[in-house]
Amino acid sequence: MMGKYLKEMKEMGFRDKFDPKNIKPYGDTLNDGKVQLSFTLPIANTTQATIAALKLVEKMGLIDPHIVFQKSLETDFTFFVVYGQVVHYVDITKIPLQSEQLTPMSMDEINAFIKEHFIRKLVIVGATTGTDSHTMGIDAIMSMKGYHGHHGLERYEMLETHNLGSQVMNEEFVRKSIDLQADVLLVSQTVTQKRIHVQNLTNLVELLEAEGIRKKIVLICGGARITKELAKELGYDAGFGPNTVAEDVATYFIKELWNRNSQNTT
Amino acid sequence: MMKGWNKLNLDHALVERARAKARKIASDMQNFIEKYTTTAIERTICRLFGIDGVNEEGIPLPNIIVDNIDVGVGAAVYLGNAIVTTGLNPQQIAEKVAKKELDLKTVPLSDVDVIKSAILPLVKESAEKIRRNRAERNKLLEKYGEKDGPLLYVIVATGNIYEDIIQASSAARKGADIIAVIRSTGQSLMDYVPYGATTQGFGGTYATQENFRLMRQTLDEVGEELGRYIRLCNYCSGLCMPEIAAMGAFERLDVMLNDALYGILFRDINMQRTIIDQHFSRMINGYSGIIINTGEDNYVKTVDAVEQAHTVITSQLMNEQFALLAGIPEGQMGIGHAFEIDPSIKNGFLYEIAQAQLSREIFPNSPLKYMPPTRYITGDIFMGCVQNALFNIVTRMTDQKICLLGMLTEAIHTPFISDRAIAIEIAQYIFNNMDSIAEEFEFKPHGIIHQRAILVLERADSLLGEIEKQGLFKTLELGIFAGIKRPINGGKGLDGVYKKTPEYFNPFMEIFMLKEVL
Repeated sequence: MMGKYLKEMKEMGFRDKFDPKNIKPYGDTLNDGKVQLSFTLPIANTTQATIAALKLVEKMGLIDPHIVFQKSLETDFTFFVVYGQVVHYVDITKIPLQSEQLTPMSMDEINAFIKEHFIRKLVIVGATTGTDSHTMGIDAIMSMKGYHGHHGLERYEMLETHNLGSQVMNEEFVRKSIDLQADVLLVSQTVTQKRIHVQNLTNLVELLEAEGIRKKIVLICGGARITKELAKELGYDAGFGPNTVAEDVATYFIKELWNRNSQNTT
Repeated sequence: MMKGWNKLNLDHALVERARAKARKIASDMQNFIEKYTTTAIERTICRLFGIDGVNEEGIPLPNIIVDNIDVGVGAAVYLGNAIVTTGLNPQQIAEKVAKKELDLKTVPLSDVDVIKSAILPLVKESAEKIRRNRAERNKLLEKYGEKDGPLLYVIVATGNIYEDIIQASSAARKGADIIAVIRSTGQSLMDYVPYGATTQGFGGTYATQENFRLMRQTLDEVGEELGRYIRLCNYCSGLCMPEIAAMGAFERLDVMLNDALYGILFRDINMQRTIIDQHFSRMINGYSGIIINTGEDNYVKTVDAVEQAHTVITSQLMNEQFALLAGIPEGQMGIGHAFEIDPSIKNGFLYEIAQAQLSREIFPNSPLKYMPPTRYITGDIFMGCVQNALFNIVTRMTDQKICLLGMLTEAIHTPFISDRAIAIEIAQYIFNNMDSIAEEFEFKPHGIIHQRAILVLERADSLLGEIEKQGLFKTLELGIFAGIKRPINGGKGLDGVYKKTPEYFNPFMEIFMLKEVL
């Protein structure tokens, strides 16, 4: 579409305003900087609260803030919906394109890859660890049904999978991994408060190192708040955030295991 | 296309009695309409003759012509006469008039039969152009197939046609079926149509023929890529009803808002002026194969939607008759209504179902246009999503055809590109998940929905009786609709109304009503 109208748009000064060094949110016009946000302040719903909310969003870098809704949630709590224009921008020319992103293979391709390169089934052990009771994350990746039309790892003929469920203590998880001779560990952390997931994930790495098996396995964490960067920082081989499907995870670990094997043999 | 629903067990004799009253009201009004023409109608005739463009001061040439003639005699007589005398075509004549090189009033008058035969080929050419557009739409609809279930209608309103194009493409790719370009604030009160591509509007983008063309081209390109026909919608209502209808005909718009009552009540346009304009405007829409949308949804934005529900049905029945008199078939009548009941009312959802189903059963062959909640939408955008979801559910339950999707930021600002995407995804989820709900569910006999529908119908019938006695103009003076009173000689545009002289003729009206090329 853009090609055909590019000339006309340029004439109208549209694309001239597009600057990759100065990327801002788009509401309905390029560079309008429009954002919407909602939050609650722990104060009563008075005009003082209104001014407090406006001052806060101005500190966030929003100009022309507009409170479109506010209501009391409790005697001393007020909820706000606010629109404004953010003054900040990002320079995307300084952000390298992520070339490390793998194109996921299909289930059949993954099975074929394992048959060809490993001869045996790979052993995958997964759990939601610590106090977290949510299984949707680990189930999305492991259960037969999977997520959004993507079958989970249990469906893969060349994988031997063990989903240990939720609230699995790290000690228990490590013991099972040793018993089952796991190739890959999948750790899910769905809901977290006060960064407890970070402590829990760090503790697992320490236990695996103490048992001397950290380097033998591919260690992967996943969850709503997990990023690739956080995972590396905590000593994991990889981390997967929201909207990950089984193929993404499996493509990663078969390639990682294959790379390690080839390095060992050479 | 439409299914004949009979879930309310309506008294069909009562429906037909109400309809007969509406027919009488409309035909009384038609006697008035036929005696008059307006500056807007004569400008439209200029446009249909191919006159376009502006002078150095930016005044549209059709306005310049109409300022140069006796409006009651009609532009066709003057233009035809000038063609006979000068041998020039209408555009060349208009340019000469604009440069003051020609005064249409001083050209010696030829014989009327000579004038008529001189313009006949031009009239045919113009009608043929419109028919070609109609054929093209039908061809594309046949190629891609018509959609089952509701058509997803979303608005774009950036003020800049090029920005609108980006937003419309995004919406179409997300699944929108109809793109409506909202007009700039105040355009309905302008007694001329702006010219060219425009980039500066307020709360919307000016309706110009070039803007229509640009958006049509975009939607055709995106539609081809998606394998779907994406309909384009704009607005006739206002002081330029027939002119904008003609532009829509030339640029293959598919849906147009067309409602004189809306202009009278909500834009304070003079009732005589706009009801006369509406007739020719609808004729053009009818001939172009364009679906009209009527504006009854607006009635219940200002008054209580439960108390005044019958005024919606009353107006719908009158609008149907006005449309029939202008040659619009039922399949092109997007009769309007809305989901506007106060959400705090107990069983309000059931009343909404009753009202929507009542419209469905009274107008079984109309692609009803159903409007989302606006009056009780607050800045609580999260609650707004749920209100829109309930609206979508009623849409599917009562088989509405044109579904104007509610937006997250209704009443806050014109929609963000993301608001539209959210609205479309929610609607698609509901329409797919509830695809056959209308067929599966029946209403409890004598239950809340049945009783409500019967009550509203009876009240509408009784109001139609009153209007039939007093006449439509008197009813509008009394403030029966939307609680708004309008005097017969008040509002904008009355100075553009002229009684037709004996020489007057409008060659396009004859062709459009005949529905064929001469």
